[in-house]
Amino acid sequence: MKISREDVLRVAQLAHLELAPEEVEAYRGQLDEILSYIGKLQELDVSNVEPMALMDPMADAPHQAPRTSAGLDGAIAAAQAEPELRDDVVAPCSVADAVLAEAPDAAKPFFRVPKVIER
Amino acid sequence: MSGAPRWTVASVHEALLAKKTSARELAQEFYAQIEQRNPELNAFLALCPDRAYAQADRVDAIVAQGKPLGRLAGVPVAIKDVISTEGVRTTCGSKILEDYTPPYDATAIERLERAGAVIMGKTNCDEFAMGSSNENSAYGPVRNPIALDRVPGGSSGGSAAAVAAGLSVVALGTDTGGSIRQPGAYCGVPAMMPTYGRVSRYGLIAFASSLDRIGPFATNITDAATVMSVIAGHDSNDSTSAALAVPEYAAEIEKSVAGLRIGIPEDYFGAGLDAEVKNKVQAGITLLERHGCKRVPLKMPHTDYAIATYYVIATAEASSNLARYDGVRYGLRVQGNTLMEMYRKTRERGFGPEVKRRIMLGTYALSSGYYDAYYLRAQKVRSLIARDFAEAFEKVDAIITPTAPTAAFRLGEKTADPLEMYLADIYTVTGSLAGVPGISVPCGKSAAGLPIGMQIFGSHFGEARILQLARGFEKAGGFSI
Repeated sequence: MKISREDVLRVAQLAHLELAPEEVEAYRGQLDEILSYIGKLQELDVSNVEPMALMDPMADAPHQAPRTSAGLDGAIAAAQAEPELRDDVVAPCSVADAVLAEAPDAAKPFFRVPKVIER
Repeated sequence: MSGAPRWTVASVHEALLAKKTSARELAQEFYAQIEQRNPELNAFLALCPDRAYAQADRVDAIVAQGKPLGRLAGVPVAIKDVISTEGVRTTCGSKILEDYTPPYDATAIERLERAGAVIMGKTNCDEFAMGSSNENSAYGPVRNPIALDRVPGGSSGGSAAAVAAGLSVVALGTDTGGSIRQPGAYCGVPAMMPTYGRVSRYGLIAFASSLDRIGPFATNITDAATVMSVIAGHDSNDSTSAALAVPEYAAEIEKSVAGLRIGIPEDYFGAGLDAEVKNKVQAGITLLERHGCKRVPLKMPHTDYAIATYYVIATAEASSNLARYDGVRYGLRVQGNTLMEMYRKTRERGFGPEVKRRIMLGTYALSSGYYDAYYLRAQKVRSLIARDFAEAFEKVDAIITPTAPTAAFRLGEKTADPLEMYLADIYTVTGSLAGVPGISVPCGKSAAGLPIGMQIFGSHFGEARILQLARGFEKAGGFSI
């Protein structure tokens, strides 16, 4: 058993999920089975492998100049070498009304929520 | 399905120019079909006739003026309900967005309409695109139009079913681990996942940001290619979209396939693959060989680790992306005495069981003490899987595999066992992790009459090459092999 009832409750709390008592055991069993399956990743030796932190297919696009090595450092180095930045001009963004119209409880220009600070 | 010939992008175009029909009449015809078939299929969650007829009238006005028509002029299109449409309810198949109406259009929608396409409505899908059968929709499952007791696949089940049943000419879906290709295979229609970065995701409601892509369903390769040319290309509103020129795919795909090297990875043909699927895909490969393709045996040794890798990375990203559903800015709010209580009650009521399961799995994989063992390790294995592809594409022009290990399974068959459901994605998640494009093409049917799909992977931004192979396969009669 990889995951306990307490683990499920802890994770649910971290994720702001409220679980019914019967859900806790159901999820515990299912997550346990899935995590056991995922355990097969431990079979591989990854000591000399860079994590793929970013998806950057441009790195090996045939019609592009090759960029530096993959991974976050490589991507940052590449972005610094050939920055793809737009012109620094102000673009209008007057969407507040449309956005607030979708809110469950709004008082322009605010979203309203239960009180979070006790006096 | 009726015996009338199917509409295609080309036949719509010709009929409009010859004034044999109008865009408005066409929209009416498709809405009549939807009204007739949707009660049993449940493919559409929302229809937008006002928007569709307004667009159809614009197209008809252009025809009347004799001006040049857009590439998708008058073509009825269905849109997966995770793609934002201004003024048209967009639920992601979730109760938490039951009453959500986006204030803007996704870039892909904008580009479709600019090309003259007529958006008919929004299609059903697994909640937040999480699922392989469409049974995780909060609005009920979709039925497979080929066999009503079967699932259409998922998560883009509604889009696949709509196209297969003739309720739209083409459709957009999204693919994170197989959600375009697998339903395409199950419903017997071509279905394409473009390269990561090829199609803007501005307005796509995020599931797993390093994996999500938008792509087309169609009934033929030429239509899929045309939709690709319309929706692809750089977008300043999506920093992950690639600043690369977009080929006119439909013009590229008529080239002969003779001489192309097709890689066949043995790792995709082992245990777990249904015998009928295996036979049909092998017959498909043989057909391509007869048309001059060169078969190259491959080993892609990390294939077996792809599902485990995918379900760590995708759920980790989902747990972060779905943190935004908290009852504050949009969607459902369930009142609570404190802010925290409001968050918890809203999420408890709004999310379905699979979404909660994935949020918890992802939260666990990212949590203190487990990050290195799960998330970091999965990112490293992802590098190894991507390397398998990069090395393969030094030797071959395309990789051919089954799309899914079986044909469409029965409704309810796998709902009790989440892990078994995840394994339905075993041949598609690899390409998702590597960022490469892939297309599923119909490759005959099982003895029970269920469609089988063959998957073609290409190198990064190699859409033209796999569409060319798919078109060659189609011309050679491969779809009904």
